[in-house]
Amino acid sequence: MLSDEIKSEIQCGLNSCPTDRCAILEALQTVQRSHGWISDEQLREVAEFLNLTVEEVDGVATFYNRIYRRPVGRHIILVCDSVSCWIMGFENILDYIRKRLGIDFGETTHDGRFTLLPIQCLGACEQAPAIMIDGQLYGYLDRDKIEAILRSYE
Amino acid sequence: MATIFIDNIPYQVQDGQNLLSACLSLGFNIPYFCWHPAMHAVGACRMCAVKQFRDENDTRGSIVMSCMTPATDGTRISIEDDDVREFRAGVIEFLMINHPHDCPVCDEGGECHLQDMTVMSGHVYRRYRFKKRTYLNQNLGPFINHEMNRCIQCYRCVRFYRDYCGGRDFNVFGAHERIYFGRCADGTLENEFSGNLVEVCPTGVFTDKTLRKHYTRKWDLQTAPSVCPHCGLGCNTIVGERYGSVRRILNRYNHEVNGYFLCDRGRFGYEFVNGSNRVLQPIIRDSSNNSKNSNQPVQETEVLEHLAKIWRSSKGIIGLGSPRATLEANFSLRSLVGPENFYLGMSEPESKMISRIIQVLRSGPVHSPSLREVELCDAVLILGEDVTNSAPRLALSLRQSVRQKSMEIADRLKIPRWADAAVRQAVQSKKGPLFILSPFATKLDDIATETLRIDPNDIARFGFQVAHEINHEAPEVADLQPNLKELAIRIAAALKQASMPLVVSGTGSGTLSVINAAANVAWALSDKGEKAGLFYTVPECNSLGLGLMGGGSLRECFEKVNSDSVDTLVILENDLYRRAPAEMVESILRKCKHTIVIDHLFSKTIQKAEVVFPCGTFAETTGSFVNSEGRVQRLYRAMPETGEILESHNWILEIIKTVKPDATDHLLNIDSICESITREFSIFKPLLELAPSSQFRAIGQKIPRQSHRFSGRTSMSANISVHEPKPPDDSESPLSFSMEGYPGIPPSSLIQRFWAPGWNSGQSVNKFQSEINGPLLGGDPGKRLIEPSTGNKWNYFSDIPEANGHRDKEWLALPKFHIFGSEELSRFGASISERAPKPYVGISSQDADLLDKKEGEKVSLVIDNVLLNLPAHIINSLPRGVIALPVGISNLDGIELPAWARIVENSNG
Amino acid sequence: MERPLTKHITIGGGPLNLSEYEKVGGYEACRKSLRTLTPDNILQLVKDSNLRGRGGAGFPTGLKWCSMPSLQNSPRPRYLIADADEMEPGAFKDRILMEGNPHQLIEGLIISAYSVDTEIGYIFIRSEYTLAAKRIKKAIEEAYEKGYLGFNILGSGFNFELRLHVSSGRYICGEGTALANSIEGNRAVPRHKVPRQTESGLWGMPTLLNNVETLCNIPHIINNGAVWFKNLSKCKDGGTKIFGVSGKVKKPGAWELPMGTTIREILEEHAGGMLDGLKFRGTLPGGASTDFLVEQHLDVPMDYDSVQKAGSRFGTGTMIVLDDHTCPVGMVHNLESFFARESCGWCTPCREGLPWTAKILKAIEEGKGEPGDIEILEFHIRALGPGRTFCALAPGAMEPLRSALKFFREDFDTHIRDKRCPWR
Ligand SMILES: Cc1cc2nc3c(=O)[nH]c(=O)nc-3n(C[C@H](O)[C@H](O)[C@H](O)COP(=O)(O)O)c2cc1C
Ligand code: SF4
Ligand code: FES
Repeated sequence: MLSDEIKSEIQCGLNSCPTDRCAILEALQTVQRSHGWISDEQLREVAEFLNLTVEEVDGVATFYNRIYRRPVGRHIILVCDSVSCWIMGFENILDYIRKRLGIDFGETTHDGRFTLLPIQCLGACEQAPAIMIDGQLYGYLDRDKIEAILRSYE
Repeated sequence: MATIFIDNIPYQVQDGQNLLSACLSLGFNIPYFCWHPAMHAVGACRMCAVKQFRDENDTRGSIVMSCMTPATDGTRISIEDDDVREFRAGVIEFLMINHPHDCPVCDEGGECHLQDMTVMSGHVYRRYRFKKRTYLNQNLGPFINHEMNRCIQCYRCVRFYRDYCGGRDFNVFGAHERIYFGRCADGTLENEFSGNLVEVCPTGVFTDKTLRKHYTRKWDLQTAPSVCPHCGLGCNTIVGERYGSVRRILNRYNHEVNGYFLCDRGRFGYEFVNGSNRVLQPIIRDSSNNSKNSNQPVQETEVLEHLAKIWRSSKGIIGLGSPRATLEANFSLRSLVGPENFYLGMSEPESKMISRIIQVLRSGPVHSPSLREVELCDAVLILGEDVTNSAPRLALSLRQSVRQKSMEIADRLKIPRWADAAVRQAVQSKKGPLFILSPFATKLDDIATETLRIDPNDIARFGFQVAHEINHEAPEVADLQPNLKELAIRIAAALKQASMPLVVSGTGSGTLSVINAAANVAWALSDKGEKAGLFYTVPECNSLGLGLMGGGSLRECFEKVNSDSVDTLVILENDLYRRAPAEMVESILRKCKHTIVIDHLFSKTIQKAEVVFPCGTFAETTGSFVNSEGRVQRLYRAMPETGEILESHNWILEIIKTVKPDATDHLLNIDSICESITREFSIFKPLLELAPSSQFRAIGQKIPRQSHRFSGRTSMSANISVHEPKPPDDSESPLSFSMEGYPGIPPSSLIQRFWAPGWNSGQSVNKFQSEINGPLLGGDPGKRLIEPSTGNKWNYFSDIPEANGHRDKEWLALPKFHIFGSEELSRFGASISERAPKPYVGISSQDADLLDKKEGEKVSLVIDNVLLNLPAHIINSLPRGVIALPVGISNLDGIELPAWARIVENSNG
Repeated sequence: MERPLTKHITIGGGPLNLSEYEKVGGYEACRKSLRTLTPDNILQLVKDSNLRGRGGAGFPTGLKWCSMPSLQNSPRPRYLIADADEMEPGAFKDRILMEGNPHQLIEGLIISAYSVDTEIGYIFIRSEYTLAAKRIKKAIEEAYEKGYLGFNILGSGFNFELRLHVSSGRYICGEGTALANSIEGNRAVPRHKVPRQTESGLWGMPTLLNNVETLCNIPHIINNGAVWFKNLSKCKDGGTKIFGVSGKVKKPGAWELPMGTTIREILEEHAGGMLDGLKFRGTLPGGASTDFLVEQHLDVPMDYDSVQKAGSRFGTGTMIVLDDHTCPVGMVHNLESFFARESCGWCTPCREGLPWTAKILKAIEEGKGEPGDIEILEFHIRALGPGRTFCALAPGAMEPLRSALKFFREDFDTHIRDKRCPWR
């Protein structure tokens, strides 16, 4: 069940929207902020709340890479895999994280702590290679730094 | 007109259309996928590329999408340029990267637009060497099969389902190369037009699940032009037959009527033809012994002899016609029994409504628009009709009419109307005026400007007032509530402002005064000089034809029987139990010494008949229907005569030969029947020009029902004889049951399949049209019988009904139609019956509270002394004091609605 | 050298808050515009300044503003959008502007809104720009409080409401018409460009869309005039530009320099040249969707026309540098994988062609290339070219591939011939 708090937040966004549709993404973001991802059940409730069908909401939700329709861990590691980071060797960083956490892109650690995802160029090319964890940007990475960063989320 | 240059040759084309339709109209072949003549252009597939040049000095040119580029004077393009040919082949190559190449096991194979376009574009060799992507499929219900791997992402399905039909339980999901078309999860597609996906999808993603159960390739089907028998709109269809059963129904393009689309009842309702409850042989039932086992299948000669005996001994014979039988069958029956003994097989209220509709259309000044014309109307008032359920295809047209007014926004921005995405983006959800007055929510409410839930008498009263507000010469409703009066003023204003206002009403509410009120509104508009349209829906495929022929109602027939002057009843394609209360039917049938029924399904009436003649269904019948517009249309049998099944009119002709061997009015075959009809009724004159006579030959040849690739004709009956049998005769039409015959495009009324060299799918229709989206070559089939009278004097109806008001302890029971289930024949098909509702009584939520009933709890009610025990179905939109009963659902047959019902308390809770 | 855009920005430092911004002359231009200039005055200034869009296409800003329909019979509301989606690989200039001086953008928006008379504005920001979003959000609040936004701004009678829209991902959202679809709550598929967005954009209403950097220039043009702005530059395009460099250089980063600064100067003086031991092999001068330029182009001035003449595009002005220890095939494979993943899936060549190119490049890179692969790549370059796809994403994606085949063909051939990547 969507909490009243979430509902009122969605309603708030809805008020500045000329159509129900245009509240979809904000509503999904709102739910995602507190639940981490969008379950089928939540999708249905959001659709109901916005007078839309599940197909209408999911058609939008599945287009965007930052709406998660599958469970994610408590911390989301976004690894920039775009060109500047590639030149600067992000693959080393990625390999390290993969081995360290035992997960690949799209997977979540068994303890539900981390989910690993690729991300479009983070706009931090001058700090390449860069990653983002829960909205916090980390640049100029090397293996030592990444180890320290991962540890700080444990 | 504009002159455009195609590979340096000038052509005259209609100004402003897009290059793709211009080129196709000119007969050029340009491949395309995402463009659809009715849904227009969005530029997604990039298949229709041509090279455009700035002027005659430009030799480099640039590649443009022909569907997205206007054809204006001086436009220069090349279709054949090497560059653009390479690109088009490339697009197909891209589309084939992931295509499963499963043509041998794909239902679309042989009529696949993707196959055609692949050949047309010249892509031959596969260079892609990586893995294909794959998807999971969904169960989309009884009508549609889903095979996503075949998808080429042209987005047609989602545009059709959502944008064109307003369906909301289907969408496109995902992004980049992983795009999915379907639902969120398995489940039946709700939209009533989902079946068109079969034809809209250019490949085999969405295919006909009913066809799949007895699959046959397109080229192996024996096909004939037909008319849908499942409602009064008369959509044109193509019936496909093989091995004695109907395999599927396809849309048959008719610019004026159904265009490119059918409803799901029309497409999937055919299964009753192959059903197990068909009457296959003549039956004589021993009248002294009423037990079931006395059903005696007999030979044709025997039954005719028996009939002659009845005839000789009978003291009076009555013929009961049928609104679902052809004009020819009805007329033959009328000739057999004599006009004075011919009765319409319609209930009293129904025959009154039909004759009123005819009177209004014939004597009034207002035009009854075709479905195409409906799409052009820019303001609509619906009085008492749940269109989606009673005349489904009309609902789809109305969905397009509400877009008319808002198109002005696009026009102002100079967006060509064919630029579909740009138009929809500019217009957003703005819609033209549509007002719906009905007792309960309808499927069109989502596009309505305003809806009002009132009972039929109030609808009529309100309609009268709208007419008065348009033109004060129309009578006023004195005691209307002020808020309703205001709404009437608003509606009147909206209709008056429109350039083509439309009033929709019909027999669905079962109330004559609603029909009168609709006439008043349309007349008031026309009196004010507006070009108004008036669309009446009628219940059955030939209701209007039968009405035009005329005859007494069922009640009058019963009276005659009761007067003891008659003891024999000949019933044509009619189940009286659907037309009148069971008790009454039974007493009449008991009273008659002889009941003779000509029909194709075992009905309750047949159970009581002494003699039964097995007749053909629409798929085994040649004849004519008159649709609700007043358009007479010809259908042809798709199946050869099998066993002892004859067309109704042929049975009757046999009977005439037997019982009146020396009759002077020689009815010999369909041609002579038609001549006799026109001799007797001048209104049916166009019947003679409706279609070529049975003697017609195209360059000396018949039109073949079988394709030139028809296979197996030497082996089809090898179990009986190894010699190839002579093809069955068809003396009644210019069509033959063979593959030999005229190979070209036949006259439009005889188009038995859409096929052209290089175009094996239904998209080949473009080769049969005089221009894209325009009439068929030589004009669309069908002839309008009724045109508005210009000189006639007509008077506004003034018999304004009283409000029904509320009665203590009584509820007003109203009919509620269901697209799946209410229609007599289609409900016997497996897939339609899967979608039909179970019997119920619909009650408003307030009444449910009052009665303390929850959804599904039994309610007992008495209507016309009949006790019904039905589960409650709470319909929030119903007004208080009104209940709804599903029409035509099993044990609710024959109850005349509206009627007052008493709800009796359930003793057992 | 003047640096109007970044003068008050210290990389890595905090943002200017409202009063700090005002102290250095912030909102003066806004005040001046609303009190003393007519919308037409401003439009004329922008036209005269030769400001060209900094979002990638380089469309003259004044000209775009002029295409907004005239006020009589214009449907309302009208919208103004700041495109802050910045996902073009290699680009990070808008982030610097937004994180460092959010009020500059807001002021630019207010003045632009006043000039083209739009009442609702959106800043469409990508979801990973969390810090910028936080700072803009706060700045918007401050501006509302101070009466720079909202009803009757500075008593001028002009109303302007500004909303921050945080996106949910996908590079294609940065494309102006896809962005409008995204705000409307649709799938971010681009729209046909007829009619233009200025006539039928958000919800079918007149809509003006500009890049963040473009808009940040506006207050300075108002304050200092068109001639001053033109004189900032070394070429006929007006103003300065934030140039960025990433890749294996000594000091990757971004600097505000005159339009028309040469590639060499940017690379060698500002980015400090290549890392020791590495040699310059080429650069994508304007971001991922531009053609490679090589050694011979180092003296090309970075302005729209010169870069075009050299065979590439100015794009976002943020360069990605390829060195001689990095595999060009691998680099192009990375780029095409990016574009394949970010295709919206609407049109065939892009949806199907990009994954195919990416797969072929991967095969080549992994030593599984086959004879004929280059021909297939060349076929893609034609088939995904301008006019053949629905929007500019796929043609942009083909630019680095096309030029890589031109300048580094040898490398491709070696990969295929030797069945391995020489750098692995
Ligand atoms: C695939 C694609 C992505 C784009 N992404 C951005 C972007 O992130 N930011 C941006 O300002 N412009 C982007 N653009 C360019 C915009 O469509 C548009 O041209 C520009 O924002 C207009 O603003 P300007 O005239 O101020 O440059 C993109 C274009 C394409 C084709
Ligand atoms: S080129 Fe086509 S598929 Fe690719 S992003 Fe643009 S519209 Fe979408
Ligand atoms: S038919 Fe023209 S782009 Fe698809």
